[in-house]
Amino acid sequence: MDLFLEFLVTLQETVVDVLPILSIILGFQLLVIRKPIPHIKQVGFGFVYVLIGLALFLLGLEKALFPLGKMMAEQLTAPEFIQAGEQVLTNIHWSDYKWVYIFAAAIGFSTTIAEPSLIAVAIKAEEVSGGAINANSLRISVAIGVALGIALGSYRIVVGHPIHYYIIAGYVVVVIQTFYCPKLIVPLAYDSGGVTTSTVTVPLVAALGLGLASTIPGRSPLIDGFGLIAFASLFPIIAVMAYAQLTEAKAHSAEQKAEKRNRIKIDKRNLKQKQQGSLKESSKDKLNR
Amino acid sequence: MLCNLSYDIFMNHQFLVFLKALLGSCKDLLPIILVIAFFQFAVLQQPMPNIGDILIGLALVVLGLTFFIYGLEMGLFPIGESMAQAFAKKGSISWLLTFAFCLGFGTTVAEPSLIAVAEEAAIVAASGGIISDTIESQLSYADGLRFTVAFAVGLAIVIGVLRIIRGWPIQYLILGGYVLVVLMTIIAPSWIIGIAYDSGGVTTSTITVPLVTALGVGLASAIKGRNPMIDGFGLIAFASLTPMIFVMIYGMVIS
Repeated sequence: MDLFLEFLVTLQETVVDVLPILSIILGFQLLVIRKPIPHIKQVGFGFVYVLIGLALFLLGLEKALFPLGKMMAEQLTAPEFIQAGEQVLTNIHWSDYKWVYIFAAAIGFSTTIAEPSLIAVAIKAEEVSGGAINANSLRISVAIGVALGIALGSYRIVVGHPIHYYIIAGYVVVVIQTFYCPKLIVPLAYDSGGVTTSTVTVPLVAALGLGLASTIPGRSPLIDGFGLIAFASLFPIIAVMAYAQLTEAKAHSAEQKAEKRNRIKIDKRNLKQKQQGSLKESSKDKLNR
Repeated sequence: MLCNLSYDIFMNHQFLVFLKALLGSCKDLLPIILVIAFFQFAVLQQPMPNIGDILIGLALVVLGLTFFIYGLEMGLFPIGESMAQAFAKKGSISWLLTFAFCLGFGTTVAEPSLIAVAEEAAIVAASGGIISDTIESQLSYADGLRFTVAFAVGLAIVIGVLRIIRGWPIQYLILGGYVLVVLMTIIAPSWIIGIAYDSGGVTTSTITVPLVTALGVGLASAIKGRNPMIDGFGLIAFASLTPMIFVMIYGMVIS
């Protein structure tokens, strides 16, 4: 019963969040387009499903994953865990935090796989590309990008480097890749940066950043706690373009191999024909004699 | 009798689809469960606290994700595409751009994660002595930040839609945006930079993304000579770039 009440509260919050979108859509549909919405019944049910789904999803996250994930982020960054038994950190070395980096990467990867907006974009990309882009491979490459990004972002908080060096270096990589990777993937890759960081990833990643920044001496949670999200939205762009480049390189080398094989086959066939030809000639010679 | 039978088959089919979707959601969630279990048992070496709550929560998450994806393909994608096609048929660019701005602004201004970030940013600014340490000035700062980001997202969708209509290549626009971000980073006050960079990521919510993606793809398929793959995607990329620039401008204006 309590659970049901909580669900109703979450559902109400979700509906309030969606209200502006809904009023814009309805307003433009009725006042500007002035045509009834096609398949209105189906679309209406779709909206209701989305709302119920989102409310259930958020409630479940609040109940199960967020408390546990946040607690873990706190425990892994706590001084007692980093330097067994010490209460206050002195003289830290970046490698003391190896479990934090591994956790950052693992949680970044796994939350991105479950991110609903990324699922939506991946479904659309597979549909539009006629299956040339596989939804799951796209999601996995984005997730690898987020994993690397958040691990590097945690390293940055530990060592205390200024954030913009990393972001600008990332931009340079993106620019270079843009010129070398297949044109078809570029817009999708740029998009994948923005969609990764929403419902599931942000709260857990923010907890990790705040935990790190508040336990390391010399870091301010309010200044260094920010910035992990920026990493998580830059690295997927690089990862998706790298995925496209790898696929292209693979296809290219497979093509070359096939060509080589064909050439060898043709060579062999030519050789055989020549041999047969010379055999025939020699037999002809014999006959002539 | 026949009608009854076909109804049964239909229901069975729907049920199978639902079951398949449910299984897919379980798979999507499996990595999180593995990661959390591994760190809890192997690294932190602690028992799982209140396991009952966690199991209920996980079941809710799986169910929620299934419903969401189901509704996505029934409601959000079709409405985004049908509106894009209706606007393309109508042929009025100004109405389309107005719609684009409203969609960007309206969905962002009420975004819960943006409200949270803006409030936190106000606390940073107050403790850093940028604004006076009163509740009113913090509130007005947070609201200012929120409206700045919402305006930036609205503008981003407008630029993105204009790009689809005209067929401009995306990379030059994005690269130009990067150059602006770098230039602004050099001149903007340093306390705003972390918040500005993060504001790019938090603006795009779970409902906005499918809607905006469907809008872009729908427009690109409705306009002759546009490729939905090359021209249809990219709206979200703009929406996560412009807020960075505008928040840094906001920081400069404030200080």
